[in-house]
Amino acid sequence: MSMDRRQFLKIAGISSILGFGASVASATHTIWEKGLEPPQVEPNKDALNGKRWAMVIDMSKFKTEEDIKKVASACHQTHNVPDFRNPDGTVDKKYEIKWIWEEPYERTFPGAENKFMSEHIKDMPFIVLCNHCDNPPCVRVCPTKATFKLSNGITMQDMHRCIGCRFCMAACPYGSRSFNWIDPRKAINPVTENKAYPTRTKGVVEKCTFCTERLQAGKIPACVEAAPKGAMFFGDIEDQNSEVRKIVTSQLTIRRKPELGTGPAVYYLIGGSDHA
Amino acid sequence: MLEKAFEGGKKYWSWMIFLGALAAVGVYYYIQQFQYGLGLTGMHRDVSWGLYIGQFTFLVGVAASAVMLVIPYYLHDFKKFSKIVILGEFLAISAVTMCILFIFADMGQPMRIMNVILHPSPNSVMFWDSVVLSGYLAINLLVGWVTLSADRKGVPPPTWIKFFIYLSIPWAISIHTVTAFLYSGLPARHFWLSAVMAARFLASAFSAGPALLIILALIVRKISSFDPGKEAIQAVGKIVAYAMFTNVFLLGLEFFTAFYSGIPGHASSFKYLYVGLEGHAELVPLMWVSTVLAVISLAMLVFPATRKNEGSLAFACVALFISLWIDKGFGLIIGGFVPNPFEEVHTYWPTMPESLITLGVWAIGFLILSMLYKIAISVRERTAGIEIDH
Amino acid sequence: MKLYDGGKIIVGLLVFIGIATFPFYYNIGRVNTKPEPKTDTPVIKEWEKQYGKKECVESKEFMRAEHMQLLNNWRDSVVRDMNRQYVSMASGKLFDMSLQNSCLHCHSNKKQFCDQCHNYMAVKPYCFDCHIQPIEKEETKS
Repeated sequence: MSMDRRQFLKIAGISSILGFGASVASATHTIWEKGLEPPQVEPNKDALNGKRWAMVIDMSKFKTEEDIKKVASACHQTHNVPDFRNPDGTVDKKYEIKWIWEEPYERTFPGAENKFMSEHIKDMPFIVLCNHCDNPPCVRVCPTKATFKLSNGITMQDMHRCIGCRFCMAACPYGSRSFNWIDPRKAINPVTENKAYPTRTKGVVEKCTFCTERLQAGKIPACVEAAPKGAMFFGDIEDQNSEVRKIVTSQLTIRRKPELGTGPAVYYLIGGSDHA
Repeated sequence: MLEKAFEGGKKYWSWMIFLGALAAVGVYYYIQQFQYGLGLTGMHRDVSWGLYIGQFTFLVGVAASAVMLVIPYYLHDFKKFSKIVILGEFLAISAVTMCILFIFADMGQPMRIMNVILHPSPNSVMFWDSVVLSGYLAINLLVGWVTLSADRKGVPPPTWIKFFIYLSIPWAISIHTVTAFLYSGLPARHFWLSAVMAARFLASAFSAGPALLIILALIVRKISSFDPGKEAIQAVGKIVAYAMFTNVFLLGLEFFTAFYSGIPGHASSFKYLYVGLEGHAELVPLMWVSTVLAVISLAMLVFPATRKNEGSLAFACVALFISLWIDKGFGLIIGGFVPNPFEEVHTYWPTMPESLITLGVWAIGFLILSMLYKIAISVRERTAGIEIDH
Repeated sequence: MKLYDGGKIIVGLLVFIGIATFPFYYNIGRVNTKPEPKTDTPVIKEWEKQYGKKECVESKEFMRAEHMQLLNNWRDSVVRDMNRQYVSMASGKLFDMSLQNSCLHCHSNKKQFCDQCHNYMAVKPYCFDCHIQPIEKEETKS
């Protein structure tokens, strides 16, 4: 068989590409391997399950600034959220990471204030966090499904898969998401950190996860646990008998930016309640 | 043909070494950023996209502009573009490469880029953006190379390339429409939530890209014996004029909706950019420079006297390019994030490392452009005078 | 047959061979000890007392070959499917699918366990960028 140099080079090129491709495919075949088989997994009997987790917050039950701070620090402490500070002790806004925090009324519900409102009312504190929307724009835009909806309604974050493109941060109408601009361990105290929960690394987005790891162990979210009695409720809103369902059906609750169609699952109770 | 990129005189090599040095500085600072994190830039929790994404957005437009040469030449047999089309295709390759580099520079975990391919997410516009940009790069590499090789041999290109040439037309429109969709589908950002966003993107792309092409064609004519043709340049100039008018008009439409409706969410970003908001007016001078340059360049392009004179045409194109670079490569992105979802104003300005990385990527883009243009010029200089029927 | 540019070719070949064989002659004489992962942490000793033998989530041979894939599967199960309880194929015992709380609970000596093989193989898993390593106390006995 005679062939000229050009044909030889073409055949050599294609064979080496195919050979290389095959070797890569065989070496990386584990990526396409199936996950755990059913007999290898046993659901935890203690785990809390729900069709649609939701939260009701009654700000009237927060009597002092301390009450509010306790809620945020319970969450941030449990989840090793870094605390970046300037030399003078103020929060370093450049690298700040927060999962749950306090905002005044005029910032929580922008546009709802009017010019006759007193400053006192405009500054009324509200606790804000990820709303775990029914129709979350962040999940819609994530190119790797690093943020996704769990079947129990929680908008979850997979820090392993996140590529740090920050599209979700642009898409979130509530400013709930934070990015690790630098190594978060620079602002985590290794003495007080929670050894049972990981930190994150630089270059990934993080946010409230409704404490999935606690739910899996049969515990309610850390913020709800740390809140004063009757201030925060967490439950399955699809369950007719849950506290959150009862409150939302019988009392006036509002949600942030409802006109955007996101369907938030965090409801703010208006007028206080006797639920405790 | 590739060897032609390595055969050059002193001026060519001085230019390449200069670009190489800028690129090396960019790479050095990128390594710093890779190790330290994106905290090295000026971005923060409230303005989470900045210069890198702005440059990416602007350059997708420049890349798409090759279609403004392909349509007249291949679809409508406008023979005057026979020499200039290759410059447009090679510019597209260089621009898309810069886009990809800017995306990489902006990612928090670039090593995980394979996740976009391993876990495809058709619901995400960014997934589709990666698909169409890769495809466009492949198409332009293929078309540019095959047509230039054919020219060099003095024969018409193979007929199968026609499929890819025609494919590049809707594909070019798609890359910039999809990039616009990154912005125009977000309920969170009222500044971007506009149906005309894609139209604005295309109009600014088809003015900035061909404007750059005119400047490059004039430079090519000066430094070599390859002349893309005075009539070709004039035709491109007319395209730029119409596209720029459309761009300015569409921007005016945005202003009308924002301010006539009176809805604060729509207008506050415009206020921040053009007059300042809550005491913050950092971007105001820059945006007005962009506006003034846009008006001047449009005037010069619309009036035949200034358009026909190649000196004033060059000036108009430079002014237009700078104006749109500011508007799309910077103002558009920052404006979307200010004010934030809490209606607070937190500003952004790039840091020095961030700017040097940006400059380095532009240098790499121009390195690729210079190499490709060197090849094209060398081939054309040898085949000058031979008209090939396409 | 004449070898054109012979000088450049021979020199180039020699340079290439020099670079390609660099890893080999650079390490001549270097002592590269076999990895000896130690499993004598306090927690494992307790387990041995309770169950009569040392046992991991799965057998040693399985773990040596598959712990990377196992951890990946655990990650997806915990984060994406909300299932944290793993049933061991070897012993049927239940384990919490957690690198930090299960694996590192027993294997609290990263330097003498995990790093032994990882350093030998020049592998740098970035799990520990996020997952907190146990603070290691000085192990005096081996």
